[in-house]
Amino acid sequence: MAIKTEEMVLNMGPQHPSTHGVLRLELALEGEIITNVIPHIGYLHRCFEKHCEAMTYPQIVPYTDRMDYLAPMGNEFGYAIAMEKLLGIQVPERVEYIRVIMAELQRISSHLVALGTYGADIGAFTPFLYCFIDREKVLNLFEITCGARLLYNYIWIGGLSHDLHPDFVRKTREFIKEFRPNLKEINDLLSHNRIFIDRTANVGILPIDTAINYGVSGPNLRGSGYKWDIRKDDPYSIYHKFDYDIPVGEGKYGTVGDSWDRYYVRVLEMEESCRIIEQALDQLPEGDVQSAIPKRIKPVVGNVYARVENPRGDLGYFIMSDGSTSPYRVKVRAPSFVTMQVLNELCKGYMVADVVTILGSIDIVLGEIDR
Amino acid sequence: MMYDFLVDLFGNSTLADIIAGTIQSILPLFVFILPFALFAVYLERKVSAHMQDRLGPMRTGWHGWKQTIADIIKLIQKEDIIATDNDKLLFNLAPIVVFVGSYAAFAAIPFSSYFIGTELDLGIFYIVAVTGLVVAGILMAGWASNNKYSLLGSMRSVAQIISYEIPTILVMLSLVMISGTMSLHTLSEQQTGYAWNWYIFGGPGMTLSKFLLIPSMFIGFLIIYISTLAEVNRTPFDIPEAESELVSGYHTEYSGMKFAMFFLAEYANMFAVSAIVVALFLGGYQSPIGYFGDLIGASWMIPIEQFTWFTIKGLFFVFVQMWLRWTLPRLRVDQLMTTSWKYLIPIAFVNLIIIGLITLL
Repeated sequence: MAIKTEEMVLNMGPQHPSTHGVLRLELALEGEIITNVIPHIGYLHRCFEKHCEAMTYPQIVPYTDRMDYLAPMGNEFGYAIAMEKLLGIQVPERVEYIRVIMAELQRISSHLVALGTYGADIGAFTPFLYCFIDREKVLNLFEITCGARLLYNYIWIGGLSHDLHPDFVRKTREFIKEFRPNLKEINDLLSHNRIFIDRTANVGILPIDTAINYGVSGPNLRGSGYKWDIRKDDPYSIYHKFDYDIPVGEGKYGTVGDSWDRYYVRVLEMEESCRIIEQALDQLPEGDVQSAIPKRIKPVVGNVYARVENPRGDLGYFIMSDGSTSPYRVKVRAPSFVTMQVLNELCKGYMVADVVTILGSIDIVLGEIDR
Repeated sequence: MMYDFLVDLFGNSTLADIIAGTIQSILPLFVFILPFALFAVYLERKVSAHMQDRLGPMRTGWHGWKQTIADIIKLIQKEDIIATDNDKLLFNLAPIVVFVGSYAAFAAIPFSSYFIGTELDLGIFYIVAVTGLVVAGILMAGWASNNKYSLLGSMRSVAQIISYEIPTILVMLSLVMISGTMSLHTLSEQQTGYAWNWYIFGGPGMTLSKFLLIPSMFIGFLIIYISTLAEVNRTPFDIPEAESELVSGYHTEYSGMKFAMFFLAEYANMFAVSAIVVALFLGGYQSPIGYFGDLIGASWMIPIEQFTWFTIKGLFFVFVQMWLRWTLPRLRVDQLMTTSWKYLIPIAFVNLIIIGLITLL
């Protein structure tokens, strides 16, 4: 008599501790080996794109915050750049510097969450809290700047909502000074931990060609060893004025493009962000933080596409104007959404425990996927 | 030993037998296991909090010492949920089996030369056998829950505990070879005197074989400690209840007091395995520096000192378990099996042979 076997379907989420929000994964299992992963999204859908059509251009800014809620500064930055391109306005230099500082601080805070939750996914809970201590300091910097800690509404079309707090420059310098040793501590505790390496190296390997075919961007693409960063390859704002490197995955403990590489690229990027912030603070000019823009923003008929390097990758805004005060159409290219597609490819043949590892390593934010 | 004392106390009759037996069997629960579990939960919270730059419980009582008591009261009050599709008999039986398994192990643990539940000649054998009951309980819980996460968790747990019992038993066997006894009480008695008479330092006596044994004993100690970590499902081997993958593993579906039974059993087990390691390698209840009671000629003090020493040593290893839990990530289930079958078991075997050869000298 032949033994009858069948695939087990395991429903993971939306209320699962490590699906990073409300993602539901349908796993088909052969024993503990994954044969198929079907992500079900939409639990956090808020009609961002449709909503925009009913709002005036400045009203959209706070809504962009709510997409990638771990990097609202980056979202606002992208939207502001797209709008300024559409309106054809030049913002004062001080504004550009402050925007870059904010975006890089945001990158640090976002990567800290990615690192911490990744550690927690693998079972190390302590680095999670260490990361959050540093993130707290970044949030304090944002708080003295604009009063909000999570959803800032700080980068406006044509400028900023406030100028910097008088203490901001000093406090940011202090933060970077404290942050570097902490980063080393996290590296000692987690990145080079033997068990952590065993869990992440050679797991979820993403080859360059697959990554490009799926449109993966940001640290996930760089983890595969491909040097592509919008800040360098399609420069926007004043990123060309700074000296920094683009870290890529090297397969130090396994194959290039494995989960450890994607993780470690984020660690290295935080160091580069520190360098950019330091240079920007040194060069920070005096001046106005709002350019002269009309009260009622009415762009000419036309459309625009602009993109920025968000902590999660290439964030693009397509805005179509019909000449009225509201956009005719807004489309967002969300990096997490694009990266999400590659999940099935990455997970096949690994074990249930590795799904958590891989999902953590591509660092998705559900707010951005569902919008 | 404690039994004889109690029978003497109540006069020699059948009634005295029954009373003494009852007292003796529930004494460890109320004198040790429950207070220890309460304390260990509190300690776990505080240790983790201080390792993570937090304060932990602070509001209930001085530094939050009433927190676990409040938690237990909450758990007793909670509704006992049994889903309609659960296998009710197994579902209700499982927490009891798990708890009995870890509770019964305490019967043979020598807390001091007077405070031993039963002085079994086959103490080591008994503990290995009775903790095997926990495996059955876990499998029952996972199966009866009718939940895929529970089932995966319990299957992993059973595979893990059975795999890691082998290196544990091999190391225990090597000690049995050296000491010539299976009684934990006799083992502890052999390690009397000072710290250098402990088996981790080659055992009592000042012979050549003692010094030859030291490296093997250290290896054996490490193997048994790692294996016991896996047997009680602690990090880096907490795969059965890996919360980031399997929600809570085999006790996902349990609530209220039944969940508390699992919880209690886990903490009782933590101490039980530490106690076994201590009794085998670190002199059991023997003091490393001699007894204060001997010094001032008050022999009644010695059992109390012994109990204190045993608790301190046991708690130290419980603390190390917590320390590891809040420092290390967890292994994957296949890596866990690799660790046991490819590394620990062969090393334990070789170690056993080396120790056998040395004892022949």
